[in-house]
Amino acid sequence: MTTMAVLTIFLLAIFVGFEVVSKVSTTLHTPLMSGANAIHGIILVGAIIVADNATSGLETTLSIVAVVLATINMVGGFVVTDRMLEMFKGKPKTPKASKEVAK
Amino acid sequence: MNQNIYDLLGLASAVCFILALKGLSTPKTARRGNLIGAAGATIATIVVFFAPKAAGQSHHNTILILAAIAFGVLVGVPAARKIQMTQMPQLVALFNGVGGGAAALVATVEYLNLSKDGKPSAANLVATVFTVIVGCTSFSGSVITFMKLQELMTTRPVVFPGGRFVIAATLAGVLGTGGWVIASGGNTPLLVMGGLALLFGILFVLPVGGADVPIVISLLNAFTGLTVAASGYVLQSTLLIVAGTLVGASGTILTRLMAAAMGRSLFGTLFGAFTAKPQEVSAAGEARSVKSGSPDDVAILLNYAQRVVIVPGFGLAVAQAQHTVRELADLLAAKGVDVAYGIHPVAGRMPGHMNVLLAEASVPYEQLVEMDEVNPTFPQTDVVLVVGANDVVNPAAKTTPGCPIYGMPILDVAEAGNVIFLKRSMRPGFAGIENELLYDPKTTLLFGDAKDSLTKVVSALKAL
Repeated sequence: MTTMAVLTIFLLAIFVGFEVVSKVSTTLHTPLMSGANAIHGIILVGAIIVADNATSGLETTLSIVAVVLATINMVGGFVVTDRMLEMFKGKPKTPKASKEVAK
Repeated sequence: MNQNIYDLLGLASAVCFILALKGLSTPKTARRGNLIGAAGATIATIVVFFAPKAAGQSHHNTILILAAIAFGVLVGVPAARKIQMTQMPQLVALFNGVGGGAAALVATVEYLNLSKDGKPSAANLVATVFTVIVGCTSFSGSVITFMKLQELMTTRPVVFPGGRFVIAATLAGVLGTGGWVIASGGNTPLLVMGGLALLFGILFVLPVGGADVPIVISLLNAFTGLTVAASGYVLQSTLLIVAGTLVGASGTILTRLMAAAMGRSLFGTLFGAFTAKPQEVSAAGEARSVKSGSPDDVAILLNYAQRVVIVPGFGLAVAQAQHTVRELADLLAAKGVDVAYGIHPVAGRMPGHMNVLLAEASVPYEQLVEMDEVNPTFPQTDVVLVVGANDVVNPAAKTTPGCPIYGMPILDVAEAGNVIFLKRSMRPGFAGIENELLYDPKTTLLFGDAKDSLTKVVSALKAL
């Protein structure tokens, strides 16, 4: 990958990141933070790549620890976000709809 | 696996993450958004095991990696499932911290690997140094935020004499050793740099007051995202660059939105403790009289009110009194009293936290009134019932420049006819500031556990 390509991807991703969350309501700040937190658990992929290439004992140990930590971040993050959002079910802005969905 | 298919699947995961963040921004689609994100992460994790290899290279440690993932799942899932919703913010902080730690380790291992063939390229060195510094800072900083939220340590800002010089010196040390790594390579400078970065993370979070901790968690979250992007550069993984940058960018916006919701500048949050005047502990505090009432007095006040606003705070959730408060609200509504909940944007421990907690007790959504809508109605409100809240109704935010919450918008409950505080003790709130409103003549205090007190009020109300 050329440096120019990396820079392009990086800059475009910044704008997408700004754009997608710019209109979030206060109610969703916590779940959104938690969801974003789970997404950076994708470092698990990086941890697997380095563990897969590791040959020395030190490299293997460090990368396996990284795999454990990254898994906790990713899996735990998505599960806790889902638990938070579970409580929002049937809670759209219109009160009528909420009654219907909430049985 | 064919390189093209591998790259395409990586791209698919990246798109999933964009859709996930987009979905999480609207209540209706939030849960689906989170599931899309989880799906993207699952795809990426499975696919990486089939990564195409250059000729002569083979996979290593596959069994170990799978075992490590299984172990991580066994730790992470029960933690996320069993945690009380009141303790959820610190769990998020901890998850963020381990993510930062993982990124720092990944960068370190890749650095060791690249160093085998001589000194890595300057760009790789810069990215590695960045990842290790920020990852370590995020890790140790998150541990401190966890301890503050779990109240394992004081929630007040920790400032020691010359603190800002120590922090500045540590930061200079981190950057200096970073330069050393880039200039000369080698393992010792990297180790020293990592250690200093861990120390910096601790020093950086210590002076932040308890009420501002969520903003710091959000900021560290954005930082961790950027470290993931930087390690993606070193590992030549487009997916990591995109996902990490997305989190970094959206996390930065989110941090600013949160700070705005609390009426705080980001700078004030991080460095406020250094510029604020030391809090004067009012010596007269102990001797001043407060008016405390019995559950019956409270029941009578509520019974003859036309409009009651309930202001729930973190204390309500700690006492698990959500259901009792709802029972009280239903009872009052049945008696023809107009009942609403006044929700401060940062009630609880994080923005939106209180909505989650009340939703758990299935309080009807239409009774939850946001601050901007409820504030103009306080002059027409007969009784405000403050349950386990303190800082969000503390007039010091308006009247005492230099106090840690100064400038934060508050619920103007002092405008109402009567204010009833349900409190466990006279202990100040999470931000550690005395509340003048407690001494106001129109304030009645009902001491005790919020759930106990509410139960007594409910039975007194039924007897009337």
